[in-house]
Amino acid sequence: MAEFEPKIVAFVCNWCTYAGADLTGTSRIKYASNVRIVRFPCTGRIDYMLLLKAFDEGADGIIVSGCHPNDCHYTSGNFHARRRWMAFRSLCDFIGIDTRRIKFSWVSAAEGAKWADIVNTTVASVRELGPYDEYKKVAKKPVKEESHG
Amino acid sequence: MAKIGVFICHCGENISATVDCAKVAEVVGKYDGVAISLDYKYMCSDPGQNLIKKAIVEKGLTGVVVASCSPRMHEPTFRKACAEAGLNPYMCEMANLREHCSWVHEKGEATTQKAIDLVRTIVEKVKHNQSLDAIKVPVTKTALVIGGGIAGIQASLDIANSGHKVILIEKDPSIGGHMSQLSETFPTLDCSQCILTPRMVEVAQHPNITLYTYAELESIDGFIGNFKVKIRKKAKSIDEKICTGCGLCTTKCPNKKNPSEFNEGLGNRTAIYVPFPQAVPNKPVIDKALCTYYTKGKCKICEKFCPAHAIRFDQEDEIIEVPVGAIVLATGFAVKKTDFFPEYGYGRHPDIITGLQFERLASASGPTLGEIRRPSDGKIPETIVFVACAGSRDEAKGIPYCSKICCMYTAKHAMLYQHKVHGGKSYVFYMDIRAGGKMYDEFVRRAIEEDGVNYIRGRVSRVYEKNGKLIVKGADTLLGAMPVEIEADMVVLATAGVANEGAEELAQKLHVSYDPYHFFAEAHPKLKPVETNTAGIFLAGACQAPRDIPESVAMASGAAAKVAGLFSQDELTREPLIAVVNRQAPPVFSSCVGCFLCMSACPYHAIEKEEIKNRQGEVLKTVAKVNPGLCQGCGTCVAFCRTKSIDIQGYTHEEVYSEVMALLND
Repeated sequence: MAEFEPKIVAFVCNWCTYAGADLTGTSRIKYASNVRIVRFPCTGRIDYMLLLKAFDEGADGIIVSGCHPNDCHYTSGNFHARRRWMAFRSLCDFIGIDTRRIKFSWVSAAEGAKWADIVNTTVASVRELGPYDEYKKVAKKPVKEESHG
Repeated sequence: MAKIGVFICHCGENISATVDCAKVAEVVGKYDGVAISLDYKYMCSDPGQNLIKKAIVEKGLTGVVVASCSPRMHEPTFRKACAEAGLNPYMCEMANLREHCSWVHEKGEATTQKAIDLVRTIVEKVKHNQSLDAIKVPVTKTALVIGGGIAGIQASLDIANSGHKVILIEKDPSIGGHMSQLSETFPTLDCSQCILTPRMVEVAQHPNITLYTYAELESIDGFIGNFKVKIRKKAKSIDEKICTGCGLCTTKCPNKKNPSEFNEGLGNRTAIYVPFPQAVPNKPVIDKALCTYYTKGKCKICEKFCPAHAIRFDQEDEIIEVPVGAIVLATGFAVKKTDFFPEYGYGRHPDIITGLQFERLASASGPTLGEIRRPSDGKIPETIVFVACAGSRDEAKGIPYCSKICCMYTAKHAMLYQHKVHGGKSYVFYMDIRAGGKMYDEFVRRAIEEDGVNYIRGRVSRVYEKNGKLIVKGADTLLGAMPVEIEADMVVLATAGVANEGAEELAQKLHVSYDPYHFFAEAHPKLKPVETNTAGIFLAGACQAPRDIPESVAMASGAAAKVAGLFSQDELTREPLIAVVNRQAPPVFSSCVGCFLCMSACPYHAIEKEEIKNRQGEVLKTVAKVNPGLCQGCGTCVAFCRTKSIDIQGYTHEEVYSEVMALLND
């Protein structure tokens, strides 16, 4: 059986992590192709319902990444995101969502290598956890059976 | 029904080397709503752009997806091309196949599949995109400059000379700031007043500049291009229009023994006073806190003697309201006083003074007419010690930063002392000499090599009095921390430069960020050094960080250029990617329930309360409203909103959810 290829969705801010991922590209640093990036103006915009939606749609793991503390293009959006993540994480723990599948990190526009590293480690750790079948079983719209990878 | 055009770029071989572009175009072409899907070698080239334009016109496209490089690179290019073909530019989006796919993955099925997924999500997003129009706001072409030091003066003159009106306010009775207090300036040793006072006069006489001295900012409202500021003109107790500035009142005032701020307490002034002879405007004010009439109800001697009958004891503070389009903050800095240093005498000994006090002693217009004399007994000090970094770079004092100007002015002080007191001995205790700047290091070398100033690398631990001498104890770290003890007649502390006392309050009033030391924060430490986070408010000089004169002037001219750029337009055009609160038909009006969580989350204070009224003028509902002039489009409010009533254009709920829903479902 082929190795399980997790589906990873990344929610990133335009100014730091998106630009950082661009730098990964211009530096030609290779990383796992499992990740799909969604661009936001700021991590402060990221409504955590979107994370649940991504799981709902069949994601096995999620990355949220923005500017480092004090580097936010909009002064404080990343602090709001971080505070919200603290609350959201407790909620996830309470309702039984596996927070090991969500990676919260800071990647600056100069950290192309760090972005590749985060994607690779997240893919590896989610691969170890296996497909998120628990969520898929209760999802409103069950994802059709498919061979992973 | 959506008609989306998808244009896959090969980027030469940058994308096509690892992604099967033809296959992507073929698969995507079968999706609902995709009217045309094709691939081409260079989409950003003229023929490539023409392909897009032609398709828009011929197929009547409602949206365009260009799958090529990062939108951070070519989004403006393709949006412009779409606009030229008659499609709203915000109906064009890009899928990042190069930086996020072809360059970072190996050639193969999985990479092509990822490219298809990326294009599909953007197609779904574009289906939900809305046409947006650029935002236009009018501009009031008058600038407010706060602070009349060299930075404020320079900014005012530059803006005024570019043809725009300037209102300059200064809290003291005269403009001039700290620079007017200085004796000579490094590294040229030219007289500070000689270069400054002509500028001060120019400000007063400039037809485009309105000068309000003894005035402070009361409140501010509005946004870039459209501020409304209230200015408090403190009562001067004289009628400026009648006063001739003869100065008779200041010689007759019996209340003479008040420490002069201009002379840093080394001289006295009267209660009715002109801060210094070259003051602009050169008309006196009555210090209400000191005047005998105001404090005891009797005196009025100035009124009796004034030949012009210009004294007005009944004058009150006046508040004026003016519309301005931009604001330059040039409020400067303050220096720590000697009582900040218990180990260095705790402000107890009159002959331990600050660098700024030494400037007054060395100045020809100072209390000693430029002779270096001890404040205690007027004797000329035979041995003088300068202590650099008094407070600066000292975590224990709460000032870890370098005050930047002290190395240079300490070298200047020692040099001036050597020039004025022949045969005198001068010592400088320093940590490091930071003389980065044109001709700066040469200047310090001159002090050491030509004027014979003794530089000792090490810190001073104590200064105390013994037998009429000031004993300075320190260490020479270049001699293995050998203890050094100097019997001095006078000690000058290069005390730390700090933010002005009211800086924090002013920053809060203007919604400008500030650092832990209450210096105003620039919008970006490298690329936006004169902007603040509040659009339309700029910084000049030492209110942002300790700065010397050339830097303050350069920064002021930079800020003035920004203001002139802003005023070169009649209307400001901004990207419409900002937040909006939804509006619905009565009786709901908006799903906003008026909790105003968004208001507390917004870093730009862009959210206002709007009252929805009926025809009788009764308030039916209070809802949030976004000020398009202030909103920067971060979307923090969106994630805060409990009822999903606020949305960010270009990243609406519909758009991002449809993106996420299309990501994984094929």
